[in-house]
Amino acid sequence: MANEVVDHGRRRFLTATTAVVGGLGIVSAAVPFIKSWEPSARAKAAGAPVTQSLKKIEPGQQLIVGWRSLPVFIVNRTPAQLATLPQQDPRLVDPKSDGSSATQQPKYAQNETRSIKPEWLVMVGICTHLGCVPNFVGEIKPEPFDPNWQGGYYCPCHHSRYDMAGRVYQGVPAPKNMEIPPYNFIDDNTIQIGVDPKGAA
Amino acid sequence: MANVFTSIGDWVTERAPNMMPMYRKHMTEYYAPKNFNLWYYFGSLAIVVLINQIVTGIFLTMNYNPSAAGAFDSVQYIMRDVEWGWLIRYMHSTGASLFFVVVFLHMFRGIMYGSYKKPRELVWLLGMLIFLVLMAEAFMGYVLPWGNMSFWGAKVIVSLFGTIPVIGGTLVEWIMGDFLPADATLNRFFALHVIALPIVLLLLVVLHLAALHEVGSNNPDGVEIKKGPKGNRWDALKPADGIPFHPYYTVKDLFGVGFFLLIAAFIIFFAPTFGGWFLEHDNSIMANNLVTPAEIKPVWYFTPFYAIVRMVPSFLGTAVWGVLAMFGAIVVLFLLPWFDRGQVKSIRYRGTGYKVALGVFVIAFLGLGAVGAGITAEVIPEWFGNVDLTTWENAFGRTMTLIYFGFFAFLWAYTHFGWEKTKPVPDRVTMHD
Repeated sequence: MANEVVDHGRRRFLTATTAVVGGLGIVSAAVPFIKSWEPSARAKAAGAPVTQSLKKIEPGQQLIVGWRSLPVFIVNRTPAQLATLPQQDPRLVDPKSDGSSATQQPKYAQNETRSIKPEWLVMVGICTHLGCVPNFVGEIKPEPFDPNWQGGYYCPCHHSRYDMAGRVYQGVPAPKNMEIPPYNFIDDNTIQIGVDPKGAA
Repeated sequence: MANVFTSIGDWVTERAPNMMPMYRKHMTEYYAPKNFNLWYYFGSLAIVVLINQIVTGIFLTMNYNPSAAGAFDSVQYIMRDVEWGWLIRYMHSTGASLFFVVVFLHMFRGIMYGSYKKPRELVWLLGMLIFLVLMAEAFMGYVLPWGNMSFWGAKVIVSLFGTIPVIGGTLVEWIMGDFLPADATLNRFFALHVIALPIVLLLLVVLHLAALHEVGSNNPDGVEIKKGPKGNRWDALKPADGIPFHPYYTVKDLFGVGFFLLIAAFIIFFAPTFGGWFLEHDNSIMANNLVTPAEIKPVWYFTPFYAIVRMVPSFLGTAVWGVLAMFGAIVVLFLLPWFDRGQVKSIRYRGTGYKVALGVFVIAFLGLGAVGAGITAEVIPEWFGNVDLTTWENAFGRTMTLIYFGFFAFLWAYTHFGWEKTKPVPDRVTMHD
């Protein structure tokens, strides 16, 4: 035995195959550990639809409700606020929400007001930059961050600005308009967040 | 008594003959240049702070409750009800900030005296890895008290990964284990903060020192004592300009430690929040996913990097550029040994262009810090009246960002094309005393 000639080809083959099988074993063993970081079944189950009455939201007011632990803004926009929307188009990144923001709303909210009914804005209040909750600055008056402010949202984290339809202004860090969640009107004064209207895809 | 120690020593040596030689190699027979100055305290101080963080950290885990429901209350419990708990926590939180003070100065020393240059590139790279792990460690530790700043800080930092096209959204959910920072996030950050990253950190520190002791320490003159004349009081073959690390520098460092602990104790006892710089006021409110604090800003040591994220606008429908620039700001530091082609190490003998550039770089770093900390947002209206804050802040911040990266570009061109007029480097270290 001791005096046998070493078969280098055979040794290389065995080393390579052992390395490959061992490597596959390590990769396979890593899968459960990596998968364990994904949202658990409990976290996923916490995403049920939310129903909200609109009766007590006065014109110009905003209500924030929680849906899937996300803040959802519900705003009763005044005619003055709605009138500002078309004027903002030249200053916006994607005024028609059909470019970079094409996937930021359901088809039935892909319009100038980004809503089902013009006055009611329903929107996930998460800045599209790094996920902060922008402040609602609804009044049309000069603000420190914009002397020509037309009402909208101002993010405290990195100073991104949005108009009264959650459309992002040019020259700020946020790239897209804020997200409109699926929602529908159960009746004139009640909405359900998390479910599309009947018949809409 | 002496006999007992000798016989124990002999007993060990018989079974592990390489223990004493190893000790001598790294302590009593590690010859460091004799001209170290004040800037050379910060390496040993970093080790002191690291030990402080480990010891106080272990004691904090004894009373801390890593859950979204209990974390905030358990920190209040440590502060109010646990005997001396407030001291242990303030030692830990002050230690975190002082860690960065010491590490920033340690890195600046390395840049100033060219300690990153050949043959010490590996020492520099390992040191940069330590810096990277330290930032991850500090960020996760910052999330643990589960105050409102913890929550929103976690959200913003984790969302950085969400800007990566295609996989971003999934990646963010994977890191958080939920759709928002939640119980799962807090628990895994706790595990990483108290077990995984400290182990990596300690290993890197050992490698950093091992790599240093292979090549030997640089010094304020940037001359290689190993290439100089041989023979000192202790060894005829060792560098003439070297002195044994122990006891000469251990004693020197002990003096520095005493001075440092005096400053640290003053902060811990009289100004533990440091006016909102070491512990932010908004973090005294419990985490609330529906209310963003009025001004989200990271702790001071992240502000320069955070400002870079803010200053880079999104284009082509993605916000990834700011994030790339921020990571780029750290990557260029990693690559510093290869940007700088100059042969002269120490700032004492380098060209005027280098000295000016380094000064401007420091100003840009501090300027970015001021933007990130919200100082510019306060002083611009104060100094210039009713101007468009966003435009002014962007103009200032973007200039500072360009200067930050410009330093590395300039350094490469300056040294690559031979524009640098250096002074003659002495053959041996000079004593400036």
